[in-house]
Amino acid sequence: MSETTPEALSEDPSGAASRLRRRAAARSIIDEAPATRVVLVALAVGFLLLFILLPLVAVFVEAFRRGLDHYLASFADPDTQAAIWLTLTVAAIAVPLNLVFGICAAWAIAKFEFPGKSLMITLIDLPFSVSPVVSGLVFVLLFGAQGLFGKWLAAHDLQIIFAVPGIVLATVFVTFPFVARELIPLMQEQGTAEEEAALTLGASGLKAFITVTLPNVKWALLYGVLLCNARAMGEFGAVSVVSGHVRGLTNTMPLHVEILYNEYNFVAAFAVASILAGLALVTLLAKSILEWRYGDALSRTRLY
Amino acid sequence: MTISSSIPHRMRASMLALTVAAAATAALFGGPTSARAQDVTLINVSYDPTRELYRAVNDAFAKEWQSKTGQRVTIRASHGGSGRQARAVIDGLDADVVTLALAGDIDAIARESKKLPDNWQTRLPNNASPYTSTIVLLVRKGNPKGIKDWDDLAKPGIAVITPNPKTSGGARWNYLAAWAFELDRSKGDVAKAKELVGAIYRNVPVLDTGARGSTTTFVQRGLGDVLIAWENEGFLAQQEFGADKFDIVYPSLSILAEPPVALVDQVVDKRGTRVVAQAYLDFLYSPAGQRIIAANFYRPSKPEHAAPEDIARFGKVKLVTIDAVFGGWTKAQAEHFADGGVFDQIYKPGTPSR
Repeated sequence: MSETTPEALSEDPSGAASRLRRRAAARSIIDEAPATRVVLVALAVGFLLLFILLPLVAVFVEAFRRGLDHYLASFADPDTQAAIWLTLTVAAIAVPLNLVFGICAAWAIAKFEFPGKSLMITLIDLPFSVSPVVSGLVFVLLFGAQGLFGKWLAAHDLQIIFAVPGIVLATVFVTFPFVARELIPLMQEQGTAEEEAALTLGASGLKAFITVTLPNVKWALLYGVLLCNARAMGEFGAVSVVSGHVRGLTNTMPLHVEILYNEYNFVAAFAVASILAGLALVTLLAKSILEWRYGDALSRTRLY
Repeated sequence: MTISSSIPHRMRASMLALTVAAAATAALFGGPTSARAQDVTLINVSYDPTRELYRAVNDAFAKEWQSKTGQRVTIRASHGGSGRQARAVIDGLDADVVTLALAGDIDAIARESKKLPDNWQTRLPNNASPYTSTIVLLVRKGNPKGIKDWDDLAKPGIAVITPNPKTSGGARWNYLAAWAFELDRSKGDVAKAKELVGAIYRNVPVLDTGARGSTTTFVQRGLGDVLIAWENEGFLAQQEFGADKFDIVYPSLSILAEPPVALVDQVVDKRGTRVVAQAYLDFLYSPAGQRIIAANFYRPSKPEHAAPEDIARFGKVKLVTIDAVFGGWTKAQAEHFADGGVFDQIYKPGTPSR
């Protein structure tokens, strides 16, 4: 139990007991009005069916409307293949980057005290609160031909906006918080006692990190990476601004869905959309398995 | 970044690491990578409704170019509202050629980015427009609202679909066509023209950013009684969804739209693609190019090269030019579509539609 701080230890039993009492009281209130409960459950289920499940089913129905042949034929188009490939490439660059950035940020915030720490926590949340369109425009203002660095980039023949680097930058920006937000609460809760013990036993800083810190957060880390990956592949707004929509070059899967739809190519549009939806389902499944198998370790993330 | 399409699909997964490295290299050095030295890629930044046209043109040109020179050329296309596309080129999208809805947008590229000379429009025949088109009215089958001409669009209870003139080139042609109609009918009464166009825009429930967006709003989402559309968009909608769904109504007067094309000098010189890009634009004027243009419902500048049945489809309509009625694009743009211009005065978002 060395990962809990003394304060948490002393507070926890009474806190848990009062929570239990409150929960028991709440349950008896609900029991007294079964009609209310039925209405609430029906509302929630109805809402889920109407707004979540129905659109999801519609994607697959549309994709397979003209049979499996047409569905598979949609992926023979070189532009579609290029879009899928670009999306995988961007995710393969953005997710590892955010994995490293996220661990560094969480490590710094959770284990050390330094001036400007709360500012840093706020900054990490910024991509969540900023509209994706603004996230994209920021990069156009910085790296566009008329932008701050535009002249310098053009002089050195560097292309950032309307090329893969710009798409990667925009994706990294919007997916930045996922890993860090998963790790920070967990690492803060775990404190520094275990690392201190490792250091006193003669481990180097790096060894303490690899053998103590990392194993402690591995499931939360995986969880954050999953969410980060799902968003990286699905991002539309920010990428749309910096992409230029050149088919076969700078067109990602979400952008390609829009293009196919606008070209009256509905089967292909929904076929590509079904891959994105399938990815979301796999992410959800992986997340559920993680929660079921390692719920204990993960739930600590949510306590604080 | 070009991931070579010559790599077999099944090998791709194993090359992920390589790609990451290559992408990182591209991020560092920026230069376009090409799988084979003799292959060449052109980027054509175009406006919204030309997707099908340039798909056909690109295939035909690539075949002709390879048989003539042995070089394989891939043309990459980007489509969107004409004004928005011009903005992207100004911001650094490396287009070898731009093929936009109106001269004003290419003028803006020349003015803001200096990537091509101001006299670009004199470098190719017919004001650099290999084809013309016009603006028509697309209505639901049987014309249930009895729409015959521009003034019918201003009547109460008619829902009109047209894109936003601020972002779409086609929308600006739509607007000017209605304006020209009323000027002609009222013998030059500007106040009346402003009144009619204002009344039409009060009947617009939604302004999309591009012509294709408006077409999908009308044909697919089923909104509106009439779509003000490019002639080619009207024919294409009939082809895609069946002639039993929509009718094309030719108004008594419409505008002669000249969508121009241009080489972006700075880009082709940097990428070493001037010869092939020039050949691509010349191909549009060739007999083969003109034939494809007519088959895709645009009016070719040399109709003698097109299939006669493609030409016979076009309805008869009195056409006026922007130079004659509005004194050219620069003047029309400043007067009608600039911030605070006539369009801003007559269209207030949130104005209740009647």
